[in-house]
Amino acid sequence: MSEENLAAGSFDELALPLFNSLYNFARWLTHDREEAEDLVQETYSKALKGFRSFQPGTNFRAWIFRILRNTFLTSRTGLKAGMTLSLDSDEASESILPATTETPESLFLERADQQMVQQAIEELPVIFREVVLLCDVEEMSYQEIAETVSIPIGTVMSRLARARNALRVALAKKMQGV
Amino acid sequence: MSADPWRNKIAAYADGELPAAETRVMAEHLRTCPLCTSDLLAHVQLKRAIRSAGTRYNPSLALRQRIQEEVEGRMRARTKPVRRWTWLPKLAAAAVLAGVVLMLIYGSSFYEERQTFSELADLHVATLASATPVDVISTDRHTVKPWFQGKLPFTFNLPELAGTPFTLLGGRVSYLGQAPGAQLIYQIGNHRISVFIFQSRLDRPSPSSEIPSNRLTFSIETFSANGLRYYIIGDAAAPDIQKLGDLLRTAARL
Repeated sequence: MSEENLAAGSFDELALPLFNSLYNFARWLTHDREEAEDLVQETYSKALKGFRSFQPGTNFRAWIFRILRNTFLTSRTGLKAGMTLSLDSDEASESILPATTETPESLFLERADQQMVQQAIEELPVIFREVVLLCDVEEMSYQEIAETVSIPIGTVMSRLARARNALRVALAKKMQGV
Repeated sequence: MSADPWRNKIAAYADGELPAAETRVMAEHLRTCPLCTSDLLAHVQLKRAIRSAGTRYNPSLALRQRIQEEVEGRMRARTKPVRRWTWLPKLAAAAVLAGVVLMLIYGSSFYEERQTFSELADLHVATLASATPVDVISTDRHTVKPWFQGKLPFTFNLPELAGTPFTLLGGRVSYLGQAPGAQLIYQIGNHRISVFIFQSRLDRPSPSSEIPSNRLTFSIETFSANGLRYYIIGDAAAPDIQKLGDLLRTAARL
């Protein structure tokens, strides 16, 4: 078998098990079924074409998620989402914020239903939504998230802290509104 | 020491991102600090809620087929030219179908498995955070085991711990998926370990299945014996968890 065929075989084994995860992530980014389908298909096409540039032994999952994310950012929806972010989104939070104890958090988390949490995640700006999904749904390490999103690990940590605090606040507000 | 320096590290601890040495120190601190333990519980609950809510969308079969065909088509194009055998499209279609079925089965059991282990981790943390972690306090297995009589629809054997580094602290009734079970708390050194015993169900993760990489710094061991499923979970070293699992496995098969 030639080196090229070996590479193609490896792509199959590496990429297809990630199909569900890539689609779920794409839907969260785009909020639209058709756009998510196009995004996933384009991601696989680009990954297939660029697979020769993938270095064996490095993180394939971070590599293909990065392709999906970059493809999204250059799409119309992605550009629009990027333009709505304030420029100082990261700078405003350099420290890692502890969980608030003023709110009986475990209580409202128990009472919050899944739809409420989904809505709160949807309302997060995309740069916070993506890190919290990569960490808590895809169970990526900070290093993998840093590679996927192309940001330093410190920024991953501060975005995660801000995203989680925003979710706590949003859920507490939703619970009060019930 | 003030809890604040610790609380800044709770998120990294919950995400499994603290270095091993700091993880050990944090685990030690959590035993004596209800504030940090409460914070950790809140973090774990939020992570679990995000994971559950975030695993939301499933791709259509049509998209699966399109992707699969594209990948396979590219792979075929890279091999020598394909002869136009008439059975090839049927074979490809069968392979796609089999792949889709496998992905559906694997995907659903994978998420279910993660959910069960996540729930057990939450139960373990919540128990340790509780002011009364056990309802029957005894180091004697002959006291703890009979306490469950009339409270559970099954019985089980517990191992003799003399000559081992483990101590039985007590037990309580716990619930997983609306089914009652036993939760026993053991101690080794300064670490506390929960042992959960439930009746085996077909919809629970198989003990032969691979335990997912744990991002909560807990070690987990699971096995099945005599129609019961045992889960051993704690922040002790993996070999200690395994050793306790071996003792329980031997006792379960007596």
